[in-house]
Amino acid sequence: MISLIAFNNVSKHYQMGDTLVKAADDISMEINPGEFVAIVGRSGSGKSTCMNIIGCLDVPTSGEYILKGENVGALNKNELAEIRNKMLGFIFQQYNLLPKLTVLENVEVPLMYAGLSKADRRKKAIEALDMVQLSDKLTNMPNQLSGGQQQRVSIARALAGDPAIILADEPTGALDSKTSRDVLGLLQELHKDGHTIVLITHDNSIAVTAERIIRLEDGYVIYDGPADAPEAMVISHHVLEGGAQS
Amino acid sequence: MKISESIHQALQNIVSSKLRAFLTMLGIIIGIAAVMVIVGFGNGMENYMKESFQSMGTDTLTVSINGRGSSRSVSEDDMYKLVDDNSEYLDQISPTVSVSGTVKIGTETLDSTTATGVNEEYAIIKDYGISDGRTLQYLDMVNRRRVCVIGAYIAQEYFANNAVGQEIRIGGQKFTIVGVLSQQVTEMEEGGNDDMILLPYTTASRVLSSGDINSYTVKLTSENYVTEGEDAITNALYQVFESEDAYNVTSMSEMLEKMTSMTNMIVLIMACIAGISLLVGGIGIMNIMLVSVTERTREIGIRKALGAKERYIMTQFVIESAVISALGGLIGIGTGYGLSAIATQVVASLLDTSMVIVPSIISVLIAFGISAAIGVLFGYLPAKRASRLNPIDALRYE
Ligand SMILES: Nc1ncnc2c1ncn2[C@@H]1O[C@H](COP(=O)(O)OP(=O)(O)OP(=O)(O)O)[C@@H](O)[C@H]1O
Ligand SMILES: [Mg+2]
Repeated sequence: MISLIAFNNVSKHYQMGDTLVKAADDISMEINPGEFVAIVGRSGSGKSTCMNIIGCLDVPTSGEYILKGENVGALNKNELAEIRNKMLGFIFQQYNLLPKLTVLENVEVPLMYAGLSKADRRKKAIEALDMVQLSDKLTNMPNQLSGGQQQRVSIARALAGDPAIILADEPTGALDSKTSRDVLGLLQELHKDGHTIVLITHDNSIAVTAERIIRLEDGYVIYDGPADAPEAMVISHHVLEGGAQS
Repeated sequence: MKISESIHQALQNIVSSKLRAFLTMLGIIIGIAAVMVIVGFGNGMENYMKESFQSMGTDTLTVSINGRGSSRSVSEDDMYKLVDDNSEYLDQISPTVSVSGTVKIGTETLDSTTATGVNEEYAIIKDYGISDGRTLQYLDMVNRRRVCVIGAYIAQEYFANNAVGQEIRIGGQKFTIVGVLSQQVTEMEEGGNDDMILLPYTTASRVLSSGDINSYTVKLTSENYVTEGEDAITNALYQVFESEDAYNVTSMSEMLEKMTSMTNMIVLIMACIAGISLLVGGIGIMNIMLVSVTERTREIGIRKALGAKERYIMTQFVIESAVISALGGLIGIGTGYGLSAIATQVVASLLDTSMVIVPSIISVLIAFGISAAIGVLFGYLPAKRASRLNPIDALRYE
């Protein structure tokens, strides 16, 4: 099987004055179609950096990112925008709905950029909102919804264009545990339907929702394997040492 | 994504912050309205002048002869012959002797009335009709009769339209009214075109003036022969006087042209000054659009993450700015029409003239075009900035 996402020695470095920050350091990994992967790590470990690269919002300083056989580093801004539109669905911690648009219009946005006709857009957006059980809130404004409902709208928006990958960055970060479970349940459902899902979180208890875990530490991959293996939950030396000292 | 959708989006954004949008538009509104009123004023002035000049005849020339010592002179007969010799261009001629004596009817003095000595052709040259009595005739000239024809204003004001046979005193001399000219302008006024007296030039020059006839009105065969007619007269007079200073030939159309180009110049300068407020308005729009780009950084980031290309973001902001500006333009056009109507009333009541301030359709179209163009122009920079935002930075922006 050809992998959907392939990182070959991907690094992202930031020069901050005299020091070089290695947000991602020589990461190599592959994600296959239909997988549900959680990228886990402490704050500052490089999760968002990876997600930005996977999401074609950023390009690596060195190394290759191959998305569905295509080297993303060779693409221009327009082509990147097109890939984000057609191949990726984003779910953000802060929902990131457009406040001046209705629920339905929000879900239609990526479809509009995809060039769909008004009628097609409407139809697909309603289907996606049906899927997250919000078909009764089509004309509501985002601020008239609860956090969990807003996150479901953003899931619908991510789904609507039928992307190859759904990228969720701390999707439950702003939700209570009950609503979090609902959202995670929804992601699992999508996974069962065959979607490829990359979930980014710092929380182990959420990471176990996935079938595979990639654990990052200081920009390195320190674990890449099944979520149910005992090593998956091992926290790095770093933390243990730090913990021992305190 | 279609333009109509971008426009719809832009309108939604404008409606969601009406006051700000209105204040942003204000510069454009004021600029457009000011330009329209000023151009309308210019148009009104031009029309007014044209009308006045046309009533004096654009197909006539005025010849005035200053003479050159007493050795050389031209008589009326020389002038009549000159017209006959150039009948291709010159049609008719009449001496015009301006009478300076006071005009009195009974005990009343008519200060603004113009009295002119002319021949029997003058009424034809000027296209004056007769509403009562008769025109001046050849015999009136030959016999130096003390008769006159009066304008409709005098007949109406002083004789209750029953003037023929009555008497009028000019420079102390009694004149019998033999005819009344038809009304020339719809609103007759003192000192206007209908407040005049025509009398035989022979009488005028002998009785009321120094004697020499030194001014003529010449009618051309056609409006198109202004230059040819002028040349013919100039050449003939030069042969007599051998000096260009001894005479002067002017045409109404020439004077109209000069006056028009002068008013046009003034209007242009004023319109330019008003146009500066359009520029200021444009800068205001740019300023607000820059603020709006900053405020909507996160929105831009989200849209980019969802697949908006730079071009879409660019179009969205440019269209928004163009819509604000064009909307301002429309309001400005409405205001401009309103102010023009008010200005017409004000001018009419202040200056006692019937000048109509009309913004020309072309100036309205140009005004609208300019306002939309300003939006595009001054929206370009903010839009460019918006489209160039890095999606990650934009998404992180609070
Ligand atoms: N634009 C940047 N300039 C400089 N350093 C950066 C930049 N972006 C990220 N970094 C650094 O790179 C490292 C990894 O950051 P990243 O945002 O990927 O962490 P994270 O795992 O997402 O953390 P969190 O859970 O807190 O979101 C951090 O040390 C961060 O300070
Ligand atoms: Mg992060």
